[in-house]
Amino acid sequence: MANMCAWWRTIIHTGTDMGEFFQALLHYQFLQLALLAGLLASIGCGVMGPYVVVKRIAFIAGGIAHSVLGGIGVALFLGTDPLAGALLAAVIAALLIGGVRLYGRAHEDTLIGALWAIGMAVGILFISRVPGYQADLVSYLFGNILLVPTRDLWLMGGLDAILLLVVGLWHRQILAVVFDEEQARLRGLPVTFLYLLLLVLIALTVVLLIHLVGLIMVLALLTLPAAIAGQYVHSLTRMMWIATLLNLFLSTLGLAMSYTPNLPPGPAIVLLTGLAYVLSTVLTRGRRPT
Amino acid sequence: MSPVIELRNVSFSYGGAPVLDHVDLAVDEREFLGIVGPNAGGKSTLLKLILGLLRPRQGQIRVLGGAPAETRHQLGYVAQHPGFARDFPISVRQVVELGLLGRGPRSGRLAGLLPGRPGRAERARVDRALHEVEVDNLAGRQIGSLSGGQLQRVLLARALVAQPRILLLDEPTANVDQRAESEIFDLLRRLNARMTILVVSHDIAFVSRYVTRVACINRTLICHPTTAIDAGLIQELYGEHVRMVAHDHPHGH
Repeated sequence: MANMCAWWRTIIHTGTDMGEFFQALLHYQFLQLALLAGLLASIGCGVMGPYVVVKRIAFIAGGIAHSVLGGIGVALFLGTDPLAGALLAAVIAALLIGGVRLYGRAHEDTLIGALWAIGMAVGILFISRVPGYQADLVSYLFGNILLVPTRDLWLMGGLDAILLLVVGLWHRQILAVVFDEEQARLRGLPVTFLYLLLLVLIALTVVLLIHLVGLIMVLALLTLPAAIAGQYVHSLTRMMWIATLLNLFLSTLGLAMSYTPNLPPGPAIVLLTGLAYVLSTVLTRGRRPT
Repeated sequence: MSPVIELRNVSFSYGGAPVLDHVDLAVDEREFLGIVGPNAGGKSTLLKLILGLLRPRQGQIRVLGGAPAETRHQLGYVAQHPGFARDFPISVRQVVELGLLGRGPRSGRLAGLLPGRPGRAERARVDRALHEVEVDNLAGRQIGSLSGGQLQRVLLARALVAQPRILLLDEPTANVDQRAESEIFDLLRRLNARMTILVVSHDIAFVSRYVTRVACINRTLICHPTTAIDAGLIQELYGEHVRMVAHDHPHGH
């Protein structure tokens, strides 16, 4: 009985908090921009997440995400735009990992691990030499959707446009490579180009997500909503739609729930996403494809 | 008439001992060639060399008058181990449609990057390929829900939809039951009326009933007409005593 009362109190509190958030949303521009940033990030990772999940390249996406800090650190040190540095580092990491995977004799997982650690080390070292930027380090690592500059929203919108255009044009070709690389090569498709393109698109998505959840937690939003979608539908295109809507719902809910208790929204969003994945996995256990 | 596949003095190794050693082979148009031999004898490697997925260390390979990498879009290939996860979210029809992508006989290198969905003519080709391998009723099914025999037919349809001149199959019946094995080979025999077929198999007795010639490969290669396959030859090929099991199939030929 006491447990039930506690549950109801929690639900009522949560409802009140959410109401407070939506009232504040009408008045505060920073919240409206945060919501817009959530929408833009949701589109990118909703579209690219299913590729990461079905190709089983989450570790590659993690390597790209963590190497991004090196680019941010160098950009801050040089006094240029940190997101531009992040973008450059992400694309270089994607091409390096892709090149080694396709041509290299070195172990792919060793290279990813090295890029993961070296990127973080370079980033932290450079940021430590920039006075007054320690707070920025935390927001790049764990996200801060409440402080997204308008200029970065334009960049996020531009990245979304590129992702949608490329996927809209070449989804079938990318699907062929993601599904069966050897057969795609035999059919005369430019597999190397398409595989590297896929990794570069994932790199762009990582940059899109930095403001939302930070580069440490990027993997959660890139993989979990797509994995949840894959438990209910059996087509990559449908997975993209569902993952996008799920990302949007979970990021808005996380933002709303963290508003009144003044919690960081990034971890709240990731925790909600994780809970949704666990719940969905339990509910769909034992289902077979038809 | 010149052969559609020609290997001259081809040797190959993955870095250590040679897998293929001074192999010569000529395959004529519309031939149905069975490739048999022990494990690690070089059967799959031979197919991959013909497909241009591997390059010979020594010797020359010509396929349809050109280098394998240049002409492989005219070849259909069904691999022994499919390069995808069985739980991949894709339907049978989508899998076969992917076989339409890439270069055609008259298209250039970048033809594979042309955007767009399959048109009416392409959808009709997919329907024909599914019908030919008798899986029309499975078009909407997920690949993860298919049996081993059904999956092999779908992969055959993916190879056929590109209208290949040569079909290469690597142990196409390794994971199917005896009845499905006979049905698949009956189907291959029908396809042989319009294309050259090379099929790798472990089962020399079974495959001999269908093919016109058997290539026995164990690092080196020797070809035999199917009528010449006997216990002595098999023992010589495998290099040790091989227990022969006489087995007849319901569709015995």
